[in-house]
Amino acid sequence: MTSIRCAAAIVLAVLASARLSAQVDRSKPPTLPPPPALKLPAIQTATLPNGLTLAVVEMHKVPVVDVQVLVDAGAARDPGDLPGLATFTALMLQQGAGTRGALDVADEAAFLGAQLNTTAALDGAVASLHVPRRRLEAALDLLADVVLRPAFPDSEVARQRELRGAQLVQQRDEPVAVANVAFPAIVYGAGHPYGHPLNGTDAATAALTRDRVAGFYRAYYRPNASRILIVGDITLAQARPLLAARFGAWEQGDVPGLAGGSAPTPAARAVYLIDKPGAAQSVIRIGHVGPARSTPDWYALEVLNTILGGAFTSRLNQNLRETHGYTYGAFSQFAARRLAGAFVALASVVTAKTDSSLVEFLKELRRIRDEPVPDPELAKAKAYVSLGLPGEFETTGGAGARFREVLSYGLPLDYYDRYIERIGAVTAADVQRVARQYIDPDHFDIVVVGDKAQIEAGIRALNEGPIVYRDLWGLEIK
Amino acid sequence: MPRMSSATAVLLGLLSAGPPICLSAQALRVPYTTFTLPNGLQVILHEDHSVPVVAVNTWYHVGSSDERPGRTGFAHLFEHIMFMGSEHVPTGEFDRLLEAVGADNNGSTTEDRTNYYEDGPANALPLMLYLDSDRLGFLLPEITTDKVDLQRGVVQNERRQSYENRPYGLAEENILDRLYPPAHPYHWPVIGSMKDLQAATLEDVRRFFQSYYTPNNSTIAIAGDISPGDARTLVQRYFGDIARGPAVIRMPPPPVHVTADIDAVLEDRVQLPRVYDAWHTVKAFADDDAALDVVANVLAGGRSSRLYRRLVYDLQIATDVVAFQDGTRIDGKFEIFATARPGHQLGELQRVIDEELRKLADGGPTAREVERAQNTFEAQFLSRMERVGGFGGKADQLNFYNYFVGTPDYFQKDLDRYGRVRAADVQRAVKTYLTSAHRVVLSVVPQGKPELGVKP
Repeated sequence: MTSIRCAAAIVLAVLASARLSAQVDRSKPPTLPPPPALKLPAIQTATLPNGLTLAVVEMHKVPVVDVQVLVDAGAARDPGDLPGLATFTALMLQQGAGTRGALDVADEAAFLGAQLNTTAALDGAVASLHVPRRRLEAALDLLADVVLRPAFPDSEVARQRELRGAQLVQQRDEPVAVANVAFPAIVYGAGHPYGHPLNGTDAATAALTRDRVAGFYRAYYRPNASRILIVGDITLAQARPLLAARFGAWEQGDVPGLAGGSAPTPAARAVYLIDKPGAAQSVIRIGHVGPARSTPDWYALEVLNTILGGAFTSRLNQNLRETHGYTYGAFSQFAARRLAGAFVALASVVTAKTDSSLVEFLKELRRIRDEPVPDPELAKAKAYVSLGLPGEFETTGGAGARFREVLSYGLPLDYYDRYIERIGAVTAADVQRVARQYIDPDHFDIVVVGDKAQIEAGIRALNEGPIVYRDLWGLEIK
Repeated sequence: MPRMSSATAVLLGLLSAGPPICLSAQALRVPYTTFTLPNGLQVILHEDHSVPVVAVNTWYHVGSSDERPGRTGFAHLFEHIMFMGSEHVPTGEFDRLLEAVGADNNGSTTEDRTNYYEDGPANALPLMLYLDSDRLGFLLPEITTDKVDLQRGVVQNERRQSYENRPYGLAEENILDRLYPPAHPYHWPVIGSMKDLQAATLEDVRRFFQSYYTPNNSTIAIAGDISPGDARTLVQRYFGDIARGPAVIRMPPPPVHVTADIDAVLEDRVQLPRVYDAWHTVKAFADDDAALDVVANVLAGGRSSRLYRRLVYDLQIATDVVAFQDGTRIDGKFEIFATARPGHQLGELQRVIDEELRKLADGGPTAREVERAQNTFEAQFLSRMERVGGFGGKADQLNFYNYFVGTPDYFQKDLDRYGRVRAADVQRAVKTYLTSAHRVVLSVVPQGKPELGVKP
């Protein structure tokens, strides 16, 4: 290794350069010019005679177009006896549509260079397309087939049912996936629209049939309960006839409102332990039911969450990662939902520090309520949220996600034009008020997926509530 | 290995699932200017005024392939240490100062290079350059054993989270271990071993920094809503007085020969066994690199691909199948993996994979298959033109092309490689590289069930 001698020379060079640097003032960060004015792309809307809303956001930098058909057919509408039906129905849209078989749909999309996806989340289903502009027309033909003319052949239902059954087996090997299923089951309980697993259970999967899929589709896939959002190299004048020709004949139907599903009475704080023998880490989820997306407190909650666990320098990550090294990352979130969404703080931590990690989580979650946030920390969080906004609208996908939120939660179309002003108005008192209102340590559900033999005694010694054993679905062990 | 999670897929996308074709009328262009400071730092500037943001993307031409025995994972650990403060920027301030002006940042390490980026509002450029130059010129006085220990813990948790506690997460290092001889710099994974991470010292940090973190071993791409003149002045102001370092000298890697099928079995906390096939192929941008990307697409690119159709759709013996060509700086590999459904054996899957490889070698792809792959790549390429920052944004791609082919605006030429691929090229690539006598076959099986491997 000859690098020793070279290395010594470099040390001298670095010292020398430090002396030379007098011409640059490094003693403090440079003063920056004022931030650029916010200039967001506008959203324009039109309505077809069948009640279908079109929304267009023009972005002409790159000749691509991002199309989202937003349908009020989310997993919150799953029938009690068939969790997973909404996501399965969305999946089945692509398994044969119009004159094409399942593999032909995939082949055509790939041939057009189109990313075609059909998925469902809790609050809605989305059929989406991301495609070069010059292939948009052909890709819209395919999208219209998928949304309006799915065939749901028995053979394809059976095929996808079998595949999903195997995927549910795989899901049990993945500790993060287990936590993501167990946490809502524990927080909401099985009776709530948000309490069941998005992709269903073994029993529900086995019970999926063509009739149930077609019935769900007929009930909820209706133009009057849908919107089409197009972002990219196109204008409303161009988009309107393309969509009217393809979606204008989509038949209306009576779509019932989403049943509220009363939020469960919050239980006293407890630790729900899900055993994963041999796990190298414990997956932690701490939280409870929080507010709906429509709350006027949302701006204050965004600032609160940025301070607590929404960014790299947030308190949870600074504490658990940068001070203690227990984890690769610790975060928190208020889930944006039409009904009451969950608040959750989360991390994967080294098994031996599971109890110590819980101590630090609870410390931070109590401190954010007990102490007002210092001004510099508040200012940093507000700046991070508002000054970073233009970057969120740089790509068609990014702008599409933001405007989808506007449409899906019934926010005003100029929502983001006033957003920075509203974030700017949030005070330290607001943050403390919403922390006290929406973070309630006395009623935390603490879910830990990890190696019980190694972590249970430590958790018990914390004396932060009873330990309850749960299975891989978050359900009571019988 | 990004510093923060969530970017791995993008990273793979940039380096392996390569770009596309020139079927569209308009040529893909990313106009740039470039200059080099007297200390060797090369700077690439690209204006894009569509959104008032700026991206600063720095490549250090050092990766895990530069590590020495007993210190695997060090390049990536070092990447973490770069965020721990420098002489004029106390610990934690790097992130705090950027967030306070609405900017984001991250870093990542591969076999070949380490990159860092800051993305944010256009007015934040001076701050970004101030911070980046301080950690290039003034890092060592601030790095202590405590800081190394702390990031060692974070990285070990990254290894636990992304590899050890993830089903099949240890497959890749087991493949590399068998595909490359111990003296080859791709023999070990970027994340490194727990033991080697534990062994890293402050002296290692010092030596590594002095050898590789020099202006002459680095390039900076600045893209977005910038004035090139102002950007140049700022770079000169902040980086001009940092001293040049020693030239980086690399030994040519030892030759790689897999002379027979190597079969291996790894027991993991999984219920469904998975088989991995891996071959040596060619490095990035070599002849056949693009053809091998097309091979991967024909075999397993989506539900209309050959292996998906056979394994998942028709026979229903697998839950998934993936194939990719991974061309890197000094070598390349091709992988296929598939997961068995409950009740099915890896031997069944392997037989079908072998059949399909033979069919492709014997008959080649259809014209539609080649065109479909080209169209898919072209669309991916277009979408990568949308963003200036982040992993895989235009600034990162300018640095990528600059390092790998010496031309920052290589976008259209890269696309043209795919446009030139013909069915015969695909067929030849399969015959030449994906032969059964020269591969590593790794079976990942449930613990205590080695008999579930391909060759029980």
